[in-house]
Amino acid sequence: MTFLHLLVSALVSGVLVGAFYAALASGLALVFGVLEIPNLAHPAAVVAAAMIVHSLNGWGLDPLLAGVLLAPVFFVIGAAFYSFYRYVFEIRGSPDPLRSFSLFFGLAFLIEVALIFSYGVDFQSVSAPYIGHALAFGWVRLPYRTLASFVGGTVLLAGLHLFLTRTMPGRAIRAAGFDPEALRMLAISPVRIRQLAFGLSLATAAFAGALLIVIGPVSPSADRIYIGRAFAVVVLAGMGSISGVYVAGLLLGLAETLVLTLFGASWATAVSFALVLGVLAVRPSGLFGRPR
Amino acid sequence: MSDVLLSVHGVTKRFRAFVAVSDVSLDLGEGERLGVIGPNGSGKTTLINCIAGQLRPETGSIAFAGRDVTALDAYKRARLGLARTFQIPQPFRGMTVAENLYVPLGFGAGGGVADGAALRDGALEILSDLGLAAKADLSCRSLSQIELRKLELARALAGRPRLLISDEAMAGLSAGEVDEVLDILFRLAERGITVIMIEHIMRAIMRFSERVVCIVAGRLAASGTPEEIVRDPQVQKAYIGE
Amino acid sequence: MTGGGYFWAGCALAIALAYGLTLVVSNEYPFFAGYVVIQFVLLATAWNIAGGYAGYVNFGAAGFFGAGAYAAVAAGLLGAPLAVQILCAAVAGAAISLGVAYLSVRLRGIYYSIATIAVSVILESIVLNWPFVGGARGLSIVRPPPPPGFSNYTAFLFVVMTMLAVTGVAVAREVERTRLGRGLAAIRDNEMAAEACGVPTLNLKIVAIVLSGALMAVAGAPYAYYASYIDPTSAFNMSYSLAALAMPLLGGTATWAGPVVGAVVLSSLQQLLTVFASAQVNLLVLGLILILSVILLPQGALELARRRRPA
Repeated sequence: MTFLHLLVSALVSGVLVGAFYAALASGLALVFGVLEIPNLAHPAAVVAAAMIVHSLNGWGLDPLLAGVLLAPVFFVIGAAFYSFYRYVFEIRGSPDPLRSFSLFFGLAFLIEVALIFSYGVDFQSVSAPYIGHALAFGWVRLPYRTLASFVGGTVLLAGLHLFLTRTMPGRAIRAAGFDPEALRMLAISPVRIRQLAFGLSLATAAFAGALLIVIGPVSPSADRIYIGRAFAVVVLAGMGSISGVYVAGLLLGLAETLVLTLFGASWATAVSFALVLGVLAVRPSGLFGRPR
Repeated sequence: MSDVLLSVHGVTKRFRAFVAVSDVSLDLGEGERLGVIGPNGSGKTTLINCIAGQLRPETGSIAFAGRDVTALDAYKRARLGLARTFQIPQPFRGMTVAENLYVPLGFGAGGGVADGAALRDGALEILSDLGLAAKADLSCRSLSQIELRKLELARALAGRPRLLISDEAMAGLSAGEVDEVLDILFRLAERGITVIMIEHIMRAIMRFSERVVCIVAGRLAASGTPEEIVRDPQVQKAYIGE
Repeated sequence: MTGGGYFWAGCALAIALAYGLTLVVSNEYPFFAGYVVIQFVLLATAWNIAGGYAGYVNFGAAGFFGAGAYAAVAAGLLGAPLAVQILCAAVAGAAISLGVAYLSVRLRGIYYSIATIAVSVILESIVLNWPFVGGARGLSIVRPPPPPGFSNYTAFLFVVMTMLAVTGVAVAREVERTRLGRGLAAIRDNEMAAEACGVPTLNLKIVAIVLSGALMAVAGAPYAYYASYIDPTSAFNMSYSLAALAMPLLGGTATWAGPVVGAVVLSSLQQLLTVFASAQVNLLVLGLILILSVILLPQGALELARRRRPA
């Protein structure tokens, strides 16, 4: 393969995996960008979902279907967790960023350890009819698993975008970020809306977890590498922008695979984090976000 | 005419497409008592934020005590003697009432005070002046609404200001409490502190101000003595229904 | 004696005690274990200067610790003695902190926190690709002979770390007691109000962050000599980040004593766990304690033990 072939392959895989990054970050963008809750445990929730999908797949369920079925369960968990979070932080004391971040940070570790106890430290994967085969497009090889997750991720983001812009609860969630007073005046409880948003965030995590394990094997400690990517996408997209997340995800995917192809794997993990720092330095409000 | 302490010239502040303050100019003499009125959302607080440094205007200039402060950091303006209170009181919730004052006393105009005893004395002096001495060592979470407003004023005073901007300190207070705050502001003015009072309570504005400006939709709609302002047709138009 | 006098006497006593132990105890192991506890005292204290005093939560303490360890290693490979290595670590920590501060301190606190995670991963990547200090394979470190007055090098490192920790605690206490500390408390409480009171918020935040970063790096400086080996996975281990957060939260973030108490308790617990249980259990306990402290002990254990002020 010539260098050009390599480059084009890299660009294509970058875009394909980018949709997954967008799916991964969408839930985080919801709670962090719109509600300003710094859920550092979001990637851990995605990994947990991936592991559960692995188990369900072991019983014969298609992974993507498993993800869809898991979403409502995670929704309920998310909504319940928000009530707990609200009790500890938003009622009892003044919301203290230190305690709030630390709660999620600790939670991420707990989830990781719980997964290690349940599944061991090794990588787990799933099997499905489309995994293991690829679509050949000239000299470009598109593995079906990456294609599937690209389609899944795109559908998720599109669905989320439609929900947030066309439905009443969706608009209310966006309003909760901009103007909670307006919500109260419409007799919509901001608490209920925030609870909805948190539940929705976890539901996206469930599906993103399915996408994750479809792309490739996952280990319980994976949340550590995805936390950078998740935040990179959210920061790049800009606070408050959900549709921007899709674009940002694709950009991150492209940047990573390019660095991987040109400089090798040992620098690839640093890409997302370097991107975060770069965005903070040059344009903190991100590509599409509210200005600071 | 006394020296000009504050000079605002052609200040415009935009939030993306929305123009909050539009080409406002005004001069304030040392020792003057200025009242600022205007409907809700007319840009009064935004103007104050530009003067005090929380916001930077798109165009225009602001000079204080002979210096151009248009781009100066807010804390530096505070150190020059430009103090402001916040519409919604912003005390340091984790500190006692006295400790709240130690901050401006330690960092305020003239480099501040460092010594522990001097801080204590300075704080108690101001608190006694405003009737809060009894609460000096209590958490400010225990303060009533009027006490919180007084703490705002006390904290602004602790910075030894030449200019004090009081942003709706009387909102929501009872008639007696309004008089209490008015009394405090009069006493400060007597000591030579220049005061800008933003209020909706016309009785207070009429009593306190030597001059009144009216801000409507971001523009300076009228300026004059309290009697002139009350008769001004622009002002009456803006306040129909209020 | 005044309160200050008691403190300095206590510091001198701690150092004297540490040295005295080396004369009396001939077994190396207690110093091996004790070093870790004292190291965490310094790490937690350093973290708290930015995290507790200023409210700027560093999630990448491992990055600063590792940077200090590797700066010391690099200096050592060029022939520098331990004291100079420690200085190099401090400078590295300060420089990195300054960079992070300039990037993120004008924005809200969460951006600083995200930036610290980013920086620690990038630092680890840089070291992984740096053959001079061993890269991914790591480096074996030959310890110099123990200086006169010490029977073994671990005991010597134990005393060195005690001196470094005492210095760190003294610095934290000084920050707390001075105008800097009061300004930081105001910033943490209500930054906008602090600015209106004349507090130079940007400058104070940067000072706190730089001090914190420098001291965390110093905590990592003797690490290579301590372990006789260094590699990126151990030097940049995430448990340092978790511990640096959990210890001050457990003990209390408002004063210098909180991180000390939290570090002693948690680190001793960790020592027991690594002997009797696995690395996973260690992480589990740290995570649990972190969460429980956050929920049940909003002011830390020390504040709970102290009588509350009447409200």
